[in-house]
Amino acid sequence: MSQPSARAEQTAPPGAGEPDAARHAHLAAYARLVRRRLAILGGLGALMLVALVLDIATGPSNLSVHTVVIGLLDPAALDAPARVIIWEVRLPYALMAVLVGAALALAGAEMQTILNNPLASPFTLGVSSAASFGAALALVLGVSLPLLPADWNLPAFAFLFAFGSVLLLQALAGLRGTGVETLVLFGIALVFTFNALVALVQFVASQEALQQLVFWSMGSLSRATWPKLGVLGIMLLAVAPFALRASWRMTALRLGEDRARSFGISVARLRFFSLLRVSLLAATSVAFVGTIGFIGLVAPHIARLLVGEDHRFFLPASMLAGAAIMSLASVASKTLVPGALLPVGIVTALIGVPFFMALVFSRRERL
Amino acid sequence: MAPNPLAAPRLVIDALSAGYGKRRILDGLSLPAIEGGGVTALIGPNAAGKTTLLRALAGLVPAKGSIRLDGTELTGLSVAGHARFVTYMPQALPQRVALTVFEATLSALMSARDETISTPEAHARALAALERLGIADLALRGLDELSGGQRQLASLAQSIVREPTVLLLDEPTSALDIHHQLRVMQLVEELARERAIIVVIVLHDIAQAARYARRIVVLENGAIAADGTPHEAITPQMLARVYRVEARVEACSRGFLQVIVDRAV
Repeated sequence: MSQPSARAEQTAPPGAGEPDAARHAHLAAYARLVRRRLAILGGLGALMLVALVLDIATGPSNLSVHTVVIGLLDPAALDAPARVIIWEVRLPYALMAVLVGAALALAGAEMQTILNNPLASPFTLGVSSAASFGAALALVLGVSLPLLPADWNLPAFAFLFAFGSVLLLQALAGLRGTGVETLVLFGIALVFTFNALVALVQFVASQEALQQLVFWSMGSLSRATWPKLGVLGIMLLAVAPFALRASWRMTALRLGEDRARSFGISVARLRFFSLLRVSLLAATSVAFVGTIGFIGLVAPHIARLLVGEDHRFFLPASMLAGAAIMSLASVASKTLVPGALLPVGIVTALIGVPFFMALVFSRRERL
Repeated sequence: MAPNPLAAPRLVIDALSAGYGKRRILDGLSLPAIEGGGVTALIGPNAAGKTTLLRALAGLVPAKGSIRLDGTELTGLSVAGHARFVTYMPQALPQRVALTVFEATLSALMSARDETISTPEAHARALAALERLGIADLALRGLDELSGGQRQLASLAQSIVREPTVLLLDEPTSALDIHHQLRVMQLVEELARERAIIVVIVLHDIAQAARYARRIVVLENGAIAADGTPHEAITPQMLARVYRVEARVEACSRGFLQVIVDRAV
């Protein structure tokens, strides 16, 4: 943060010296801080774009970054095979990484604030376990929903269960006298319950179904298609503005629940709508790409280290950080083992942890 | 109807019952009008209901009965309705919050829905609150970097920036060194006088209550055990009955009340 001032304790009362000049200096310093935070957001956005282009360029048939940029800006300039690779294969895949990263990070950031718990994320509170159970039912027992195309059946099931798990959390939050700790404990209980149920389904599963299920639960971007991208993109566009509109209220909630209520914020209402957003974002993401842990937990922490917890900056920074990490993880998943495509869910932690630790240690002494 | 800002506001508590779930802590408590312009201290032994009374006044605990601020009945108002008149400062300060002093103060203003003030105006008001408490130089420091006393002042800034008619403070000095205890109490007492607002403070330190409060209300088991000026409320008899200590109450060489505790009874 700003330079610490040793004189702080002995500050003269207003009226002494030149209060107007001092006032102006303080406000100017804050304006600089805001500009710095905007610049950090810009930097994260640039990082995300670079990662996105890299992600599109990486794959079995090598495309240069130059080709990718041309292909994106002016598709007609490329020959047909390169165009198809970029637009039909690589771009949906890469955009899915960005959208899922942003959605999970936003969900995690909101959850950490609303539950006042730095360990909260859609995955530590059972959303992904519930989705896995839904997917397991669809895969192993062959249950299907009517009126849905076949390849939407599994995402639909995963979504329903993930959404249902958050509704359960909601119902508990609505009970009188339920504290935040109870909510977190209940979420952890959900994780164990759904994991046990998934294990039960796996126990009775056929060899083939079991393999599919394991692969699904590792998380993979290869299921990305333009319609699915559209659904997730619309979801994110619809939900994010409401999150941003609540940003001052969430910032105030960081000062404590009683404090926030005393400022006139209906905390129960704020929590309800926030959990609703979280459930939509997390359930949709998990439904399309499977279990991808870590992003929802760590992207908010990175954002917090970079811009603090003024949620006007914290929420967008979380989304951009999540998108960038997910994108880089996608690049790594294609390059770590030559010739093989690792499930991206495995790679997110491998990429995210060193990045995160580096940040923690380099910024430990500062806000 | 908003209270008249010119006249000192009056807060009247009548037959107030409050508690958590089935556990009722206050039962039909009534209190003669608390007037603005000075500090009213709420003292009493542990579990006497001090914090519950304060939280009930803030609208944070479900309460029955009447809390009237001038013409306005506060019970039954929404959270936002309460917040227009009353600000509550809890005893526990937030831990591990990555916000600067200025951001935290701003959020106290900006997060309230019906607030219609512009951003530059909010900035100016937040800074003015910090200046009033002498912590403008800490504006861009992180809350987590502050000492206990500075954090308490930052917390006080979040309260006064809302310009409440009623300022409620729950043991604002309990974690502070003696310098900061006195500093906080002096500032609070000055604010009560210069803004003619109602300040109700829960205090543990009886001598401190006697030193800064104009009126002292002693609570015991959710009921009022004594109420009046420090001289009226703090007596050896009250201390024996409520606090179960044998104590002397004497004026020091400057005329302030001192409580000398001899032993527990």
